[in-house]
Amino acid sequence: MLTMPAPDESVLARRAEIVAALRAIVPGEGVIDAEEERRAYECDGLSAYRQLPMVVVLPSTVEQVSAVLRYCHRQKIRVVPRGAGTGLSGGALPLADGVLLGMGKFNRILEVDYANRCVVTQPGVTNLGITNAVSADGFYYAPDPSSQIACSIGGNIAENSGGVHCLKYGLTTNNVLGVQLVLIDGTVIRLGGKHLDAGGYDMLGVITGSEGLLGVVTEVTVRILRKPATARALLLGFPTLEAGGDCVAAIIAAGIIPGGMEMMDKPAIHAAEAFVHADYPLDVESLLIVELDGPAIEVDELIAAVKEIATQCGAVYSRLSNSEEERARFWAGRKAAFPAVGRISPDYMCMDGTIPRKQLPFVLGRIGELATKHKLRVANVFHAGDGNLHPLILFDANKPEELAAAEAFGADILRLCVEVGGVLTGEHGVGIEKRDLMGAMFSEDDLAQQQRLKCAFDPDGLLNPGKVFPVLHRCAELGRMVVRGGAVPFPNLPRF
Amino acid sequence: MSDTLRPRSLDELRDTVAAAAADAATLEVMGSGSKRGFGRPVQAARVLDLSGLTGVRSYEPAELVLTAAAGTPLAEIEALLAEKGQMLGFEPPHLGALYGTADAGTLGGAIASNLAGPRRIKLGAARDHFLGAVSVSGRGEIFKSGGKVVKNVTGYDLCKLLAGSFGTLAALEEVTVKVLPAPAKQRTALLFGLEPAEAVSVMAQALNSPHEVSGAAYLPPAAAVRSSVDYIRRAGTSVVALRLEGTPRSSETRCKALCGQLSHLAAVEELHTMNSTKLWREIRDVAPLLPDASKAIWRVSVPPSAGAAVVAAVPAGFILDWGGGLIWLATDPAGDAGAAAIRASIRAAGGGHATLVRAPLPLRAAIPVFEPPEAALAALSARVKEQFDPRRILNPGRMYAGS
Ligand SMILES: Cc1cc2nc3c(=O)[nH]c(=O)nc-3n(C[C@H](O)[C@H](O)[C@H](O)COP(=O)(O)OP(=O)(O)OC[C@H]3O[C@@H](n4cnc5c(N)ncnc54)[C@H](O)[C@@H]3O)c2cc1C
Repeated sequence: MLTMPAPDESVLARRAEIVAALRAIVPGEGVIDAEEERRAYECDGLSAYRQLPMVVVLPSTVEQVSAVLRYCHRQKIRVVPRGAGTGLSGGALPLADGVLLGMGKFNRILEVDYANRCVVTQPGVTNLGITNAVSADGFYYAPDPSSQIACSIGGNIAENSGGVHCLKYGLTTNNVLGVQLVLIDGTVIRLGGKHLDAGGYDMLGVITGSEGLLGVVTEVTVRILRKPATARALLLGFPTLEAGGDCVAAIIAAGIIPGGMEMMDKPAIHAAEAFVHADYPLDVESLLIVELDGPAIEVDELIAAVKEIATQCGAVYSRLSNSEEERARFWAGRKAAFPAVGRISPDYMCMDGTIPRKQLPFVLGRIGELATKHKLRVANVFHAGDGNLHPLILFDANKPEELAAAEAFGADILRLCVEVGGVLTGEHGVGIEKRDLMGAMFSEDDLAQQQRLKCAFDPDGLLNPGKVFPVLHRCAELGRMVVRGGAVPFPNLPRF
Repeated sequence: MSDTLRPRSLDELRDTVAAAAADAATLEVMGSGSKRGFGRPVQAARVLDLSGLTGVRSYEPAELVLTAAAGTPLAEIEALLAEKGQMLGFEPPHLGALYGTADAGTLGGAIASNLAGPRRIKLGAARDHFLGAVSVSGRGEIFKSGGKVVKNVTGYDLCKLLAGSFGTLAALEEVTVKVLPAPAKQRTALLFGLEPAEAVSVMAQALNSPHEVSGAAYLPPAAAVRSSVDYIRRAGTSVVALRLEGTPRSSETRCKALCGQLSHLAAVEELHTMNSTKLWREIRDVAPLLPDASKAIWRVSVPPSAGAAVVAAVPAGFILDWGGGLIWLATDPAGDAGAAAIRASIRAAGGGHATLVRAPLPLRAAIPVFEPPEAALAALSARVKEQFDPRRILNPGRMYAGS
């Protein structure tokens, strides 16, 4: 059972006064008080967990964000930042005694600067919105989460999101140049800018992926890239999962870094095909999409090389995209894999561990065994090139024993990832979902040092508490040179 | 002379730092000392020498990941990778020559100073390739951060903070880095006789083209004449260099295409792999092109389009890298060695930072070596330092006076 920090009764008792104070800062419709309207914010993409926030605030200027945080800081009120609410680890799950700070009104692109190959934008702009703003001029923003039409760039920074093209072009952290950040006491700071690398400590690097625990991002500068001259995709089918996994390793070992390299297993292939009719072969056990992008001449050479490797690895199906439209169709199935699986099961849970690539065949085999053990079905999609797995566990939340089994199955998969030398999450973040598994990967000292960083930003623990760290220590305790116990007790959070 | 402590294992390192922390005895944290002249002078009770922590702990080329003890010589790592046709994507500069040594330093040192060579514009800096670490904080505690796989968002990315912290937060014991296949061939397109402003605009055109340029630098005549590459030394004028890497046919074809696209702007020439490699090594290491040992050397990062304005505002020898975004300046070490003018030009450029990379010791002690952060960021940085090293025993004053 997932537990969250106990609501502060004294804050709840002052609710009306707090709402009034917030209205004075953010006038009009920017403060949402009515229960039915707050309901829209009760969960993010991890919808198995819900909590009505005390109040929702939708600021539209940095001054308002600063004033709201300063007020909450003084009044010791907890704050949960939220972008588009597509997060899959519960990072934007509200708190019963907390202000939910929605960044949706920060929806403008501020500047496109081709001379410096960057875009300055507000954080509520969608990931795809950035690419759309520069696409006509032949540019794009590289990290492309499957949720890119909906997720916000601010959320991407908080989660350090990835996408199918991260193998070659990096995660969010490798593509962000600067942010404006508001600290919990209302201080506004700038980190980075249009230049490369920080001058002092790399605060920008540590903000990225900090899941809304260190500050609220109010402006973002990202790097944009010229679109590759050519991109072509190969669809490769294999008679076994192992053969597909071996092919991935062989391509990398040959010194080829594809623009994207994705893999699906049979259940995922069938679900995707039924949903978007991508023309996937249905009689293979694993399907690889290998996209080669870059200068045309190089792409042609690499395609020939990859085809050869695939043949050696026993591919029984091979098709090359011959038009942009066909390439888009290859991807359509993969990008729609989550909703496609959603159609074949009442509920599904998406795991996100990363493993060393060479462990792919072993881990896939083990996941199959675990599925049998937990009596649940699983469909696998992966960012195979970087070893990032997305096993989708199928279950029915209306059957309590299935939800419990799915959670146990998920935890087993993540522990397995750590055991073979991998990590709990490759791109979706820890949030509440993997919070209690952090101890499988980090020692108490490791976690204590991470929490000390939090103390430098937010010593009262008011920003997004209850996320990422299994046990909340007080900063005073962490600061002592000998640290011992003393966990803040958590009561239970009801689960829906 | 201060004592030198040279731990040979993680436990010894932890015990050493913990003992120092207990006595609040300061430590100068050092790899091989190759970049000791970089940053503010450290006055510490003892030297913590990490060069006894050596050896590659795991390297599987097909995983594109390497783990080594932090004190392993960079040259050793690079040679091992080269054997397997791989490289460190951030092209770490070998700055030894700037300080009169042939030593390229340690892997940990390259990470701790977050340096990157010309390929920064395409593949990122040390921070972008730094996947995981085992370190000992100034509290004398061992902590692990990051992981050993290329994609990981589990917990805060403390590695980013350690990269570029110059040993002021923790002593690195083990680092895991991402490695990449080395391109088979490279070519460099040269354009002759351009002024800095024209050069910056040409470099932007090249970087905005689909030809995947992996290096864009400008050598004014005074730097070009020092190159060991004949074409450049004998040019008698300034040179823009644009690097194209890949398979043999790809690099050749793209170089031709790029030359064709730019040839109406200046006289063009091509360098093949051998000369191209030599040239980019010179640009990466700087010293060969700015060799006057009496000068102060600054490293300045600004928005690329501002590169020409900065060199116009500061009278100095210079080269431009990163399409104009990285400026190496050789100034007269008198007075503030140009600090005020350089920092004013950065503000005019809309942001960036300047670091005094080499200067006589009294000068480095007298003026801010790193870009002074604005007050709120300085306060935050001090709080972060406090959380890693509450007794301020690690490299006191190396980055900022009194820190
Ligand atoms: C169908 C589907 C597919 C997906 N595919 C991918 C994928 O391929 N790759 C991938 O990486 N992720 C994927 N995701 C996960 C999700 O889209 C990303 O994590 C995304 O970055 C979340 O952005 P958001 O704006 O929705 O953030 P939210 O869910 O609103 O918030 C996420 C976290 O960010 C914090 N936050 C949000 N905005 C700010 C801000 N301005 N300042 C500070 N903190 C902030 C919140 O507190 C929270 O902790 C997918 C999700 C779905 C539903």
